[in-house]
Amino acid sequence: MCLALPAQIVALDLATNMATASVGNVKVEVSLALVDDIAIGDYVLVHVGYALNKLDEDEALKTLALFAEAGLLSDA
Amino acid sequence: MKYISEFRQQDLARQLSKAIAQTVDPDRHYRLMEFCGGHTHAIFRYGVQDLMPENVEFIHGPGCPVCVLPTGRIDNAIQLAGRQEVILCTYADLMRVPATGRNSLLKAKADGGDIRMIYSTQDALKIARENPEKQVVFFAIGFETTTPPTAVAIQQAQAEGLTNFSVFCNHVLTPSAMQAILDAPQPVAIDAFLGPSHVSTVIGSQPYEIFAERYAKPIVIAGFEPLDVMQSALMLIRQLNEGRHEVENEYSRAVTRQGNLKAQALMQDVFELRPQFEWRGLGLIPDSALKLKASYADFDAEQRFNMPEIQASDVKGCECPAILRGALKPKDCKLLGTVCTPENPMGSCMVSSEGACAAYWSYGRVRG
Repeated sequence: MCLALPAQIVALDLATNMATASVGNVKVEVSLALVDDIAIGDYVLVHVGYALNKLDEDEALKTLALFAEAGLLSDA
Repeated sequence: MKYISEFRQQDLARQLSKAIAQTVDPDRHYRLMEFCGGHTHAIFRYGVQDLMPENVEFIHGPGCPVCVLPTGRIDNAIQLAGRQEVILCTYADLMRVPATGRNSLLKAKADGGDIRMIYSTQDALKIARENPEKQVVFFAIGFETTTPPTAVAIQQAQAEGLTNFSVFCNHVLTPSAMQAILDAPQPVAIDAFLGPSHVSTVIGSQPYEIFAERYAKPIVIAGFEPLDVMQSALMLIRQLNEGRHEVENEYSRAVTRQGNLKAQALMQDVFELRPQFEWRGLGLIPDSALKLKASYADFDAEQRFNMPEIQASDVKGCECPAILRGALKPKDCKLLGTVCTPENPMGSCMVSSEGACAAYWSYGRVRG
């Protein structure tokens, strides 16, 4: 029920506040009613047909760096 | 960055596994409750449990909305679907949940009830627009992740003057459930929490701070991918080793301290707290669920159809209630895998794609 998938915005319809997002090769219609300032190319979390949040690439990279750091510890 | 494959890399999982093994204190037992069913499934689907040292135990929490919905509310929905004028719209997860008398929404549909599985609340609005002679009721369930989309639909129905649309509201709140687990008369021993992923994108990490402080339990907001779960477990183990109890956020690519303020404002506009609500396994919890505010009463199915309160009991022998409290594991239930399977579920924890019993069954834990 709380599952949500990262999807990339590929088209916007500002009149209806809807967007088309792509999850792999699958395209889904997504409501933008819960988010602001979405642009084509952004990644959003899609949950029951709604974009819940924009994903933050800098933060994602930081988390990946944390995994790598834990790996360094285990190699020591 | 695709935000999926990066967080499932096998070599990194092995390294994290080693790091965890080096960090744990061998003389200590670590009991980590993963609140969300989504985490339970990640743990079993990706074999995370097998990558953990023996003294790190995952205790499965109540974060599965289908599982915690009491049987009486399903009975209510089946009654509604029996009305000639009603089209009942529901998320697919609810269709096979056992109701009283071995009934279910799926059986009610087979018996002629007009029950439609929808993906989004927008679909329910569309059905209401296309069927003006019918009463379209949305069977709304879920935690704070699923609540804002219901709020959007109610506001939209009001704006459009869509008078044949209403909502049977069963939305529940995560912090209240966490509190109920911590305040239980015979609390389950838990050292730390893996905090919700997508609920937290909406409510933020701030609401958990009081639990970390008051109950001295470390909480790490964790993403749903396997590496997220492992990294979060490592962060919890470090906190426990160092005697810290803070809210940390591993899922910072999606969760902020404040959460999604727009979604919160929508929920506040449309919903208010119920004085109490029954949860399967946790009993009556005060201030734990939402209902429609008086300004949206026209869209409240409970008022429109004068729905009764139904007290129903669970199937005898089904351990769902104790499993939802974390007091038992699915393998402790005699029904699991014998009479209770996903095809013929006796309890809700076997039905939902987030249920702990479904995770044990699907990923082989009951076959060895």
